[in-house]
Amino acid sequence: MTIDWSHFTPWASLFGGMLIGLAAALLIMLNGRIAGISGIVGGLIGDLIVPDKHAERLVYALFLIGLLLAAPLWRLFQPWPLPATDTPVAYLVIGGLLVGLGTRFGGGCTSGHGVCGLSRGSLRSLAAMACFMGSGFATVFVMRHVWGHA
Amino acid sequence: MKTGLSALLAGLIFGLGLLLSGMCDPSKVLGFLDLAGNWDPSLAFVMGGAIAVATPAFAWAKRHQRSLLDARIVIPTGTRIDGRLLLGSAAFGIGWGLAGFCPGPALVSAAGGYGNALIFAAAMAAGMLLYSLTQRRQKRV
Repeated sequence: MTIDWSHFTPWASLFGGMLIGLAAALLIMLNGRIAGISGIVGGLIGDLIVPDKHAERLVYALFLIGLLLAAPLWRLFQPWPLPATDTPVAYLVIGGLLVGLGTRFGGGCTSGHGVCGLSRGSLRSLAAMACFMGSGFATVFVMRHVWGHA
Repeated sequence: MKTGLSALLAGLIFGLGLLLSGMCDPSKVLGFLDLAGNWDPSLAFVMGGAIAVATPAFAWAKRHQRSLLDARIVIPTGTRIDGRLLLGSAAFGIGWGLAGFCPGPALVSAAGGYGNALIFAAAMAAGMLLYSLTQRRQKRV
């Protein structure tokens, strides 16, 4: 392993992370809900299939709208932080399906299990995070160092 | 009204945090997941910063039944670590490592009009829909 100092952004990442933590703090302290993106989006999608009378539809929908509005708001003041990458479409489709299915079966993603789960000291979330971090590291290892893809 | 506004604001701050942090840049995510290569540790700072701010809020929430805006506080109570949790999470990690997107950044980047994220987010929504369909079948049986 070598450290990629040229792309290392400790301050932007730390402050960005603190904003994410602040958003999670606001949602639990004001709305009483966990800021888990896969749970919120998957919950709204599942609600279309099997309507849940206890669903917090409005709170979830407004959180999602706020999340989506972040992109145009950012663009007013800052250049878009996305360099064009040449990820093959097949990886995007297979990856998206796995992320959608996996986060719903696993009950959370980087936000719900990662940020919120660890912040409330959940062992269950720690186990989930160990799994998705571990398989993420393993996948990139195989892609880049075994198959030699980009 | 107030709870609607706070949810909208929380979502907006969450999205801006994702953009500032570098989580919306798949090449940065893959650089973080590439332990054996030229490793970019930045994203560990995202998790560290988020947990540092959110931990006191959850400590407060655990001691209360109602939120500051008088909504019921719902905190997951499950403690069971089973195959469903571990296999689901492992599948999520594979998808994350293939494309460099997790759910939040995929949606924010799709909203920013980034083509790759639009494709990924559509597939992710399809995966979530498939999950809900399997749950419906189980409920009928």
